Amino acid sequence: MRRTGPVEIVRPRDLGEALREVAAGGRPLAGGTDLFVRVRKGTDASPFLVDIGGIADLQGVRETETGVEIGAAATHAQILAHPATERLPVLRLALQTIGSPALRAMGTLGGNLVNASPAGDGLVPLYLLEARVNVIGPGGETSYPVAEFILGPGKTALRPGELVRSITVPWPPDGARAYFRKVGRRRALLIAVASLGALLWLDGETICEARLALGSVAPTVLRPRAVEQALVGQPLAVEALAGLREALSSAVQPISDLRASAGYRRQVAGNLLLDLVSLRSV
Amino acid sequence: MTLRFRLNGRDLTVETPAGRRLLDLLREDLGLTGTKEGCGEGECGACTVLVDGKPRLACLTAAIQVEGKDVLTIEGLATAGKLHPLQEAFIATAGVQCGFCTPGLIMAAYALLQENPCPTRDEIRDYLGGNLCRCTGYAQVVEAVERAARELAGR
Repeated sequence: MRRTGPVEIVRPRDLGEALREVAAGGRPLAGGTDLFVRVRKGTDASPFLVDIGGIADLQGVRETETGVEIGAAATHAQILAHPATERLPVLRLALQTIGSPALRAMGTLGGNLVNASPAGDGLVPLYLLEARVNVIGPGGETSYPVAEFILGPGKTALRPGELVRSITVPWPPDGARAYFRKVGRRRALLIAVASLGALLWLDGETICEARLALGSVAPTVLRPRAVEQALVGQPLAVEALAGLREALSSAVQPISDLRASAGYRRQVAGNLLLDLVSLRSV
Repeated sequence: MTLRFRLNGRDLTVETPAGRRLLDLLREDLGLTGTKEGCGEGECGACTVLVDGKPRLACLTAAIQVEGKDVLTIEGLATAGKLHPLQEAFIATAGVQCGFCTPGLIMAAYALLQENPCPTRDEIRDYLGGNLCRCTGYAQVVEAVERAARELAGR
């Protein structure tokens, strides 16, 4: 049922208080760009929301020796503007495509993770960079590789009373070329029909390591490992990529929905592989 | 709750439910109807306001989220009865048809010019990508922002 009255929201002062509110059944509220839409449509039945946007422990971006630590409530705009993410171009490329300036100033990477949408643009670089999701709850702290944190559309490994505290993004090996592209009907406010992110390491013109991640073509973001391995030793050239197009199209498991048919998504995923040739000139 | 925030340069205290949409608080409780509701889902930008200088959608913001913050709406742009150069420029270029999307476009453009006082045409189009106009198009809107940027730079 569509909700008409205001939803109840509490604003804890610190992380401990937030955890108590979440343990009492409250749903963490970060940017609200998805949660408020669901609350108003009546598809989120949480008894109350816990505004974690002001909690210092969940804010900020911090550079460490091994990578970047991103607070769960850091906004996409803050992550994009932080000097540390300059060394993570694939993260910046993907976050820049999210929604619009206002949505990027509101939405958070922590929210993207907990939403666990197959179309979450912020998730593709986290799979490529093999990020970890740090969770805190009544039983203490746990950490999951992103691919084990996200279980399916809207499903995560979070247990009752837990919330995402931060995301650890390790530096990739030096020399990576970064690619991200999403396909849809327009550029802004776009929910992808299909998206491809990639990190390629080249020796001359030859691919010596490849990581690929696809959005919107499977229940979760997908790393097509067989295609990644098949790219190794190949030249970064249209002919070589075209040879793997079919393999990539069959690796994805898309659905048909109001944005595109499964068949179209398969074809777009395969075609996106050819676009990696644009990395030659990077 | 008792909500304290700054609205268009004035400190304000109001009694409101914590989960009241900022959009409803502005329009219905405070009578500031310049901020419009288009889609109510963050897809159209008609309700764009600035919170602490950053663009935000008032339809997806709860009252409690602006506690202690500085909110600027379209009503706060004119000073001493004189329209802001962006408002003047939208009139001069006829960047308005029905006008419903205009407050959101102007607030987004205002945020852009704060971040980037001399944007290129592509940067303007990119930044306003979250603001939909269903009457006509964006050519005069982009022209208005360019004009206002020149005007502001010349001061």
